[in-house]
Amino acid sequence: MAHRKIWIKILLTAFLVSSALPVNARHEGGEEQFNPGIFILEHIGDAYEWHILTYNGHHVSVPLPVILYSKQSGFHMFMSAKFHHGSHDGFSIAADGPHKGKIVEQAADGSFVRPILDLSITKNVFAIFVSMSIILWVLLSVAKLYRNRGNQAPRGLQSWVEPVVLFVRDDIARPAIGHQYERFMPYLLTLFFFILVNNLMGLVPFFPFGANITGNIAITLPLAVLTFLITTFNSTKTYWVHIFNTPGVPWWLKIPLPIMPFTELLGVITKPFVLMIRLFANIIAGHIIAIGFFSLIFIFGEMNVAMGYGASVISILFTVFMSLLELLVAFIQAYVFTLLSALYFGMAVEKHH
Amino acid sequence: MQLVTPDIGLLFWMLVSFLIVFFLLKKLAWKPILNMLHEREDSIDQALKAADKAKEDMKKLQADNERILDEARAEREKIFREAQEIKEKIVGEAREQAGKEKDKIMNEARASIDAEKNAAIREIRDAAAELSIRIAEKLLRNELSNDQKQKELIEELIKDMPVN
Repeated sequence: MAHRKIWIKILLTAFLVSSALPVNARHEGGEEQFNPGIFILEHIGDAYEWHILTYNGHHVSVPLPVILYSKQSGFHMFMSAKFHHGSHDGFSIAADGPHKGKIVEQAADGSFVRPILDLSITKNVFAIFVSMSIILWVLLSVAKLYRNRGNQAPRGLQSWVEPVVLFVRDDIARPAIGHQYERFMPYLLTLFFFILVNNLMGLVPFFPFGANITGNIAITLPLAVLTFLITTFNSTKTYWVHIFNTPGVPWWLKIPLPIMPFTELLGVITKPFVLMIRLFANIIAGHIIAIGFFSLIFIFGEMNVAMGYGASVISILFTVFMSLLELLVAFIQAYVFTLLSALYFGMAVEKHH
Repeated sequence: MQLVTPDIGLLFWMLVSFLIVFFLLKKLAWKPILNMLHEREDSIDQALKAADKAKEDMKKLQADNERILDEARAEREKIFREAQEIKEKIVGEAREQAGKEKDKIMNEARASIDAEKNAAIREIRDAAAELSIRIAEKLLRNELSNDQKQKELIEELIKDMPVN
């Protein structure tokens, strides 16, 4: 059993290595120096196609739909594979400049501008769709099990989901919010499962997983905004009294200079802001470190083939360690985001006593 | 800078898909799951309470059994004692009855023996009287066979008679 586990780890790291291979190939083709910075940014960033691997200089990638609305040429929808031959309909992917990596359109004056709306199904959007489908499929089938099996003991997928649901309910929502916890349960559960599943999927190094979803600010921003909106819309009078007339604080901190109310009001904004940054930074850091270890192999490999092989052993050991750590982080970040959201809801609905 | 600048397209799709998934899950997953969990917890709670009650009942039942057994034992004892008493009473009565019967029989026997004896004595007396009369007759006949003797008798009789 222990041996089998070790083999699974080795296989997983082999996949990680294979996903890192394209860089080597590019190096072969263009004779350019391996640049770990670009390599890492490419991995954690978004893209219009899903690059799977490069084999003998051939890129194997999944083309994704591009949806654009431009002021000068209107609505466009085409597959990203069209970009393989440079530009398409005046659109191209900027190689550098402020919009590097994004689709730009050549304006009448020759400059490149971003289309007004770029709703392309990018790598991250596609990854969200995949994770959402997995979440829906798992949870709906579990719900069906619950409906069919009634009060029986959990079975199969049920016994994977039930501990998490109970954890969110009994260790997050109930202690943080109090007796009104029930109406926040759907949001907290969705939040927890969404963050957890996407964190874990980010650790699986092959298509259609491995995208850096929760390590993207465009993902954590809506989550933080939703937490902020739910907190604000559920707030009681007591919540605002606490902000504008904080009890237990000397009067001169409120009048004539409203230092305390200002600080509290700032806190209303910084709380969700910190939620957004924490999840984003933690996950992106994990991805950067993991890919950084792999970059080591190629950095040393460029110096000397033997050194490359030597570094790979250490790199893989470190990556196995990092992956295990990231497993922990995936869970902790989902827990922290949900717990803090629940705490804010708890503050909002707290009645004066 | 690009890393911390949210991409509008991704933001849009994220918000749309998250909200869709949220409402779908809220309606179709969380509601039944949470309800069923609640229901199951309630049923477990009830089952535990029922088990406690059953245990209590069992204890009560056991106590009842003990009591019934004790009562039965006492009853047996009582019945046994009563039976003993009845036996003794019956035996006593029988003995008394027998004594009385014996006395009665004895008395009757004695009475009949007495009667028989009296009758026998009377008979003997009668027989003796008859015999003595017959002897006296014979003697008289013998005595009165000559005149001399008749005369002597009369004289004697007269002599015995009171002279008033």
